[in-house]
Amino acid sequence: MSTVKTPTPTSPREPGNEPSTAAGTSAGMARRFATRVRLDRRYLPVVGTFVVLALMLAVGGSRYENFLSGRVISNLFINNSFLIVLAVGMTFVILTGGIDLSVGAVVALSGITAASLLQSGWPAAVVIPLVVLIGTVLGLVVGIMVHVFDIQPFIATLAAMFLARGLCYVISLESIPITDETFVSIASWSQQLGPEWRVTTAVVVALVVVAVAFYLLHYTQFGRTVYAIGGGEQSAMLMGLPVARTKVLVYVVSGTCAGIGGLLFAMFSRSGYSLTGVGMELDAIAAVVIGGTLLTGGTGFVLGSVLGVLVLGLIQTIITFEGTLSSWWTKIVIGALLLLFVILQRVLVVRRR
Amino acid sequence: MTATTSPWQRVLHHRLFWPVVALVVLLAANTVNRPSFLSIRVQDGHLFGALINLLKNGAPLLLVALGMTLVIATRGIDLSVGAVVAISGAVALSFIASAPDPGSITTVLVAVGIALALSFVLGVWNGFLVSVLGIQPIIATLVLMTAGRGVAMLITGGQITTVNSAPFKAIGSGFWFGLPVAVILAAVVFTAVALLTRRTALGMLIESVGINPEASRLAGVKARNITWTVYAVSALFAGLAGLMISSNVMAADANNAGLFIELDAILAVVIGGTSLAGGKFSLSGTLVGVLVIQTLTLTVTMLGISPSVTPLFKAIVVIAVCLAQSPKMRDVVAARRRRAARTPAQTAEVTA
Repeated sequence: MSTVKTPTPTSPREPGNEPSTAAGTSAGMARRFATRVRLDRRYLPVVGTFVVLALMLAVGGSRYENFLSGRVISNLFINNSFLIVLAVGMTFVILTGGIDLSVGAVVALSGITAASLLQSGWPAAVVIPLVVLIGTVLGLVVGIMVHVFDIQPFIATLAAMFLARGLCYVISLESIPITDETFVSIASWSQQLGPEWRVTTAVVVALVVVAVAFYLLHYTQFGRTVYAIGGGEQSAMLMGLPVARTKVLVYVVSGTCAGIGGLLFAMFSRSGYSLTGVGMELDAIAAVVIGGTLLTGGTGFVLGSVLGVLVLGLIQTIITFEGTLSSWWTKIVIGALLLLFVILQRVLVVRRR
Repeated sequence: MTATTSPWQRVLHHRLFWPVVALVVLLAANTVNRPSFLSIRVQDGHLFGALINLLKNGAPLLLVALGMTLVIATRGIDLSVGAVVAISGAVALSFIASAPDPGSITTVLVAVGIALALSFVLGVWNGFLVSVLGIQPIIATLVLMTAGRGVAMLITGGQITTVNSAPFKAIGSGFWFGLPVAVILAAVVFTAVALLTRRTALGMLIESVGINPEASRLAGVKARNITWTVYAVSALFAGLAGLMISSNVMAADANNAGLFIELDAILAVVIGGTSLAGGKFSLSGTLVGVLVIQTLTLTVTMLGISPSVTPLFKAIVVIAVCLAQSPKMRDVVAARRRRAARTPAQTAEVTA
């Protein structure tokens, strides 16, 4: 998808506006750019994310050797594939105006279940669908709590988070290594694309999830209902849209994505551990917000969330390349970036009124 | 509540009935398991016993939950309290550790002052984002929640700072008049908040902001200032809780101090019957909620179950309490009772 609508010819009122004159701050550039190509307002936050990502790549490329290489970018995807999947699921929930705090704990639960079942000799062909199903079922439970019992999403998913985390500890307190041959061979599959680019199973799965989510959101009735609920639940109901079913389904989607994310994380770490994914839900939410989705619901894109994950991953990469910066700067920079985007969104919303 | 309802029904339909039942059941389970549970003895002029420990360990959570109650009453939420707990402990201990005389009362008082002032400033920052810039509370405080632990690590230099200072140790594990200092501090704060909100119009003003900020502004309530204040107060209380927690172990752990305390606090508030939708709050409910959570944690440990499994039991309690309080469930129960009694169940409508 192109984030920009097809560029129309320069607006008739300003025929002499040359593209090359657009210099200055990125915000100013974006605004001028927006007026010239009649950019849809909805795309502005995503364009902002894209500009930040491009700036980070440019700064990194100019500061460090080998930064703009296929290897670094491939690793960016490989190391963050699980987060991409989580952010995609989270996008659905946030688009309806909800929130899912349980994803980090579900990642740990699905990972540790996979590890423990494989250890006791279950075949990988059974285990893999089963652990994804765990996420789906938990998502369904949350959806029912939210919709049928009218419990706020924040509390319902908080309860699910505690539930999943507690179940992890019931299964095992120690990290369980994964040695199953089938699972390991699936996890370690990778395909070299050219001299530098490389994809792994996890990346392929993540990209497939993104593609499916994109199709669901933009080309199905379910997707349109998700946006409609975020825009106004009452109106969506009056329009005769299946609000009840959709509200439950978004949590099912998010739970399933968390289950898949857990599987990818287990592939990545070759183990299951009850403490994985502490705070991962916040990373996912941060990625979604940085990706331009409004927390009030109704506005946002799956591809924006993917860009958000890449921005988060790139911060980590730059701090690693810098070498002298301590790891806690990652958190501070992510917080600062989050603030920047939230304020940007706020400005956009105020200007729209 | 109409006068026609019987006292028993009044008790049964009280907002806090189910949370108190949960608390009593937990306490009873502990007493059955260990008959000495409820006994309190006096030793060296101090009160000792499991119940006193329960109160002492619950003091930081009560402080955080009190601030959270006020924030939630304005239809907000404060996710950053855990990070503020970590920052406050980190600042106080780093100051004491670098001071020439860590044992002197002046050093400790200055350290406490700096930590509380910084916490207050962080709260003012949260309040600014929410009330002036109009950013959603959950995301505005998420910023500090994410960055805050990084800041705490920056202050401690990534180390776990430990100090040896008798006056500072007193905050978390000292005794005044036979009672733990932490409990006295928490009780003083609780009473002050209760008096300020329930004996003045402040509580009603906070609730009005929670119901409709715009309407209360038009009615002459300084909605912006009230919202701003509750976030500042919430962070200030979290800062005090951070001092207690770090003083209890005499160490500042930027990664783990106050980890998940925001979730426990929100849980306590919700168990106490304060709705996340704002506009209504119950301080006594929060107190009961904190005691339920603290007793639950203690029970799990006393029953010999690994403390790591505690989240599972928390989840069960939250789900049970939320379901019991959900309007849908009440309708179902009320409808069944109506069918059984064949009389209009007035009481259900009255309490709803």
